[in-house]
Amino acid sequence: MSAISVVNLTKRYGDHQALDGISFEVADGECVALLGPNGAGKTTATEILEGYRHADSGEARVLGVDPQHGDLVWRARLGIVLQTSRDLGDLTVREAVRHFARYYPSPRDPDEVIASVGLTEKAHDRNDKLSGGQRRRLDVALGVIGRPDVLFLDEPTTGFDPEARREFWELIDALKAEGTTILLTTHYLEEAEHLAERVAVIASGRIIACDAPSKLGGRNSGQAIVSWVEGGDERSERTDSPTRLVNELATRFPGEIPDLTVRRPTLEDTYLTLLGEHADNERNEAQS
Amino acid sequence: MSRTLRLGRSRVGIELRQFFRDRESAVFNFALPMVLLVIFGSVFANQDMGASGVTFAQYFLAGMIASGVLYTSFQNLAIAIPMEREDGTLKRLQGTPMPKASYFIGKIGMVFVAYIAQVIVLLLVGVLFFHINLPSTTTQWFTFVWVSVLGLISCTLLGIAYSVVPRNGKGASALVAPVVLILQFTSGVFFIFTQLPQWMQTFASLFPLKWLTQAMRSVFLPDTAQALEATGTWELGKCALVLAIWTVVGFVLALRVFRWTPRGAG
Repeated sequence: MSAISVVNLTKRYGDHQALDGISFEVADGECVALLGPNGAGKTTATEILEGYRHADSGEARVLGVDPQHGDLVWRARLGIVLQTSRDLGDLTVREAVRHFARYYPSPRDPDEVIASVGLTEKAHDRNDKLSGGQRRRLDVALGVIGRPDVLFLDEPTTGFDPEARREFWELIDALKAEGTTILLTTHYLEEAEHLAERVAVIASGRIIACDAPSKLGGRNSGQAIVSWVEGGDERSERTDSPTRLVNELATRFPGEIPDLTVRRPTLEDTYLTLLGEHADNERNEAQS
Repeated sequence: MSRTLRLGRSRVGIELRQFFRDRESAVFNFALPMVLLVIFGSVFANQDMGASGVTFAQYFLAGMIASGVLYTSFQNLAIAIPMEREDGTLKRLQGTPMPKASYFIGKIGMVFVAYIAQVIVLLLVGVLFFHINLPSTTTQWFTFVWVSVLGLISCTLLGIAYSVVPRNGKGASALVAPVVLILQFTSGVFFIFTQLPQWMQTFASLFPLKWLTQAMRSVFLPDTAQALEATGTWELGKCALVLAIWTVVGFVLALRVFRWTPRGAG
């Protein structure tokens, strides 16, 4: 059984169709990333699954339960990292983590969790003295303290420096190794590529592509870009047969081909192409 | 149920830590009542109190202790809850397996402890600066306890219900503090109740604070001071009745109108 399943979910706010019939599944132990521009519907979808919002129509199941009717036993199996918060400012990191641990039947060790998010040195500081990135790590600590089966992460690494982001990825890798199912929304494509087995791209409340990061939008079979330097100029060529081109170049140069690179489109290239195509389609639909 | 109570107790601890560390609540709940007591007690020290045999400072102390009920329950919650709704506290709690009842147990426990702390502070000021005598009979202490408990329960429920009025956390103080202030002016806290215009007395009689101040006077003033009351008696039975009615009203309102999410989220 899938840990999360969503069928034809819709949600409207006034004139704005936030979700326009999305469907996807997250298998047990899988990590799926939702990508998309701001306002695309990522948070709405996540918050319906967390039980914060009602869908207008469609079906949502988390651990086999409709989130609207989830009881506290069900809740104890979820971990939620919401987008922003300013609460708990008058408590210390350690007080907050220890307190939240009490809500769960088999919590992790608070001090270990604090260490795993890199806040040990800040454990006795008031939360309102933490930097933005440190606050975010506290949110993550509170999300994982209950040893969740399903973890929701809504833009978890906003405000992290690159090193903190790497450490966060290691933490998530460790959770994945324990079999935690994860639904992640993020703006960082590298993060999705590193953490997620599958990526779903959402635009205007619809899923416009869903696949493994390496295959998204036909990325693996798309044209490769070969670039090199010739006569002092940077040259590059898109091609379906990079091997043939490189062979040809090898015969043109006596030794190494200067500054040779062969690359497939990055996830970011693919993502931006997908969104561009989507915007074109919308425009054409609007015109016809 | 035992889990709800256990987590409720744990919430009380967290609530108290946050309450006593928060600068705004320290000012509103401790510094301000203390300063008011000293100022009013000194300014009106020579006010003619007729044949009651009490000083205005004594009269005012009873009024401030009654106000303390309103400060620590109604005002405290009606300001704190909108802030918690806005800063993500309530949303985060909703996402955990904490029973919602535990949250309210935490609030009620915090209100009671904050009230006790405030009463101690006010009594200390009263005894040190104004030579106020503490109640000497068991009956008076018993009245003090039941009036405090009934007052705190009704005003806690009313504070929980009123917490839906402020649209956001920032504006909460501005919508709550005036309500308390108006009740204080009309209920015989800052002035002698029977010297207020009749319409003001009638207005104040609809709300809990008038009855709380009157009952607290029965605790902290000698029986000769009953001469200062409108009917010449403390009217404790009527006080209990009015507070009980407000408890029921508060309970129904709190159940019906309380929101975990800001208006417009859904």
